[in-house]
Amino acid sequence: MLAKRIIPCLDVRDGKVVKGVNFEGIKEVGDPVECAYEYNLQGADEIVFYDITASHEGRGVMLDVVRKTAEKVFVPLTVGGGIKTVDDIRETLRAGADKVSVNSQAVQNPQLIKEGADIFGSQCICVGIDAKKVSDGKWTVFINGGRIDMKMDLIDWVKKCEQLGAGEICLNSIDTDGVKGGFDLPMLKAVCSAVKIPVIASGGAGKLGDFAEAFIETDCSAALAASLFHFKELTVGEVKQDLKNKGIPVRMV
Amino acid sequence: MIAIIDYGAGNIFSVKNALDYLGYESVLTKSADEIKRADAIILPGVGAFPWAMKMLNESGFVPLIREQTKIKPFLGICLGMQLIFDKGYEFEETEGLGLIGGTVEKLEREDMIIPHMGWNELVIQNDCPLLKGLPENPYVYFVHSFAAKCDDKNISAYCDYGGKVTALVHDGKNVFGAQFHPEKSGEVGLQILRNFAELSKN
Repeated sequence: MLAKRIIPCLDVRDGKVVKGVNFEGIKEVGDPVECAYEYNLQGADEIVFYDITASHEGRGVMLDVVRKTAEKVFVPLTVGGGIKTVDDIRETLRAGADKVSVNSQAVQNPQLIKEGADIFGSQCICVGIDAKKVSDGKWTVFINGGRIDMKMDLIDWVKKCEQLGAGEICLNSIDTDGVKGGFDLPMLKAVCSAVKIPVIASGGAGKLGDFAEAFIETDCSAALAASLFHFKELTVGEVKQDLKNKGIPVRMV
Repeated sequence: MIAIIDYGAGNIFSVKNALDYLGYESVLTKSADEIKRADAIILPGVGAFPWAMKMLNESGFVPLIREQTKIKPFLGICLGMQLIFDKGYEFEETEGLGLIGGTVEKLEREDMIIPHMGWNELVIQNDCPLLKGLPENPYVYFVHSFAAKCDDKNISAYCDYGGKVTALVHDGKNVFGAQFHPEKSGEVGLQILRNFAELSKN
């Protein structure tokens, strides 16, 4: 049986792990290669690097982080942030990433999803989405790290992503991100029932039970968290043990 | 020395990284001579079946692989495993390497999310040298939308995803194929790669 995945995310700027609250107030918290290695030991099912530098020099630094991580961490690695072209995707995969996550760039150029999927396979293309509630049962898509409202309906967008060949959706709720009050269950439910591709829950994990709640209440395939794991409030192992105790299939290490 | 065939597919360094980490010599290569000199061959792969076969055909690797697998261990990983079979049906019907009889078809499972992505448990069906020293029902990492259909006797292990999904195949001699990514499957995957690398020493 397929295990539910727990994915620690490392927000990286200029080669350092950073973490903000509600996309603001960024603090540095460490070396990404070491953090990834530690997560791997804890039993992370996958590791996401999210490059928030987005400058040309920063990109090279990010690829170096991926290369070094891939030498000693043997679980899937995903890189997001700043991927604008098919060449960027190729370069990132060749550095040792298994998947790329495209976000703002996919909104502005949806063909990037299709071209990437056609060349490298759908399974390499994860579409990251930042969305915010407008009214009950309705959300819109934001770009540029949650700063610009594209006034685009979330459900229409996820369906389009699937049609274009996206292999996975990483759904981040701007409303719950950094708040630590649990994942955005209504948004997750709506997206999981709109598409057949895997959905990763992101934004809002604050305590042990939040993960089990997302897996019990929604059909999401994985849950992602950043600050919770960075600040060692919980380990990946503790989260998985709790899921296992609650009868949710997980890979224990 | 293990030759990892580089035909332009996505993430091929992971396989080399894993072999380096385990202490086995390997080389990423596009050279027919290097493939001929190697003690074993790995065909990795992320991408689409027709595109990959086109690349292998253009490089002249198809007859080379067919000839070399008669004399040395060969492991196809993910797409590289799918290419082992007679035919693939991704986008269009494409002739594969034909090392093991069978076809590669779209994974269609009612109510199941496609791609089959994530960690799933191997269920061992036939003894295979690559499965030595593993824990019971080990978890390995899969990412695929197509799967192999072949004779049960060639299936060393499968996993359950709304029905059986071919996970590890063996022709009984030199040819092995893993639908999952051993290089991305933590300690379990490293053990499988170690088992394969040890075969190259025989």
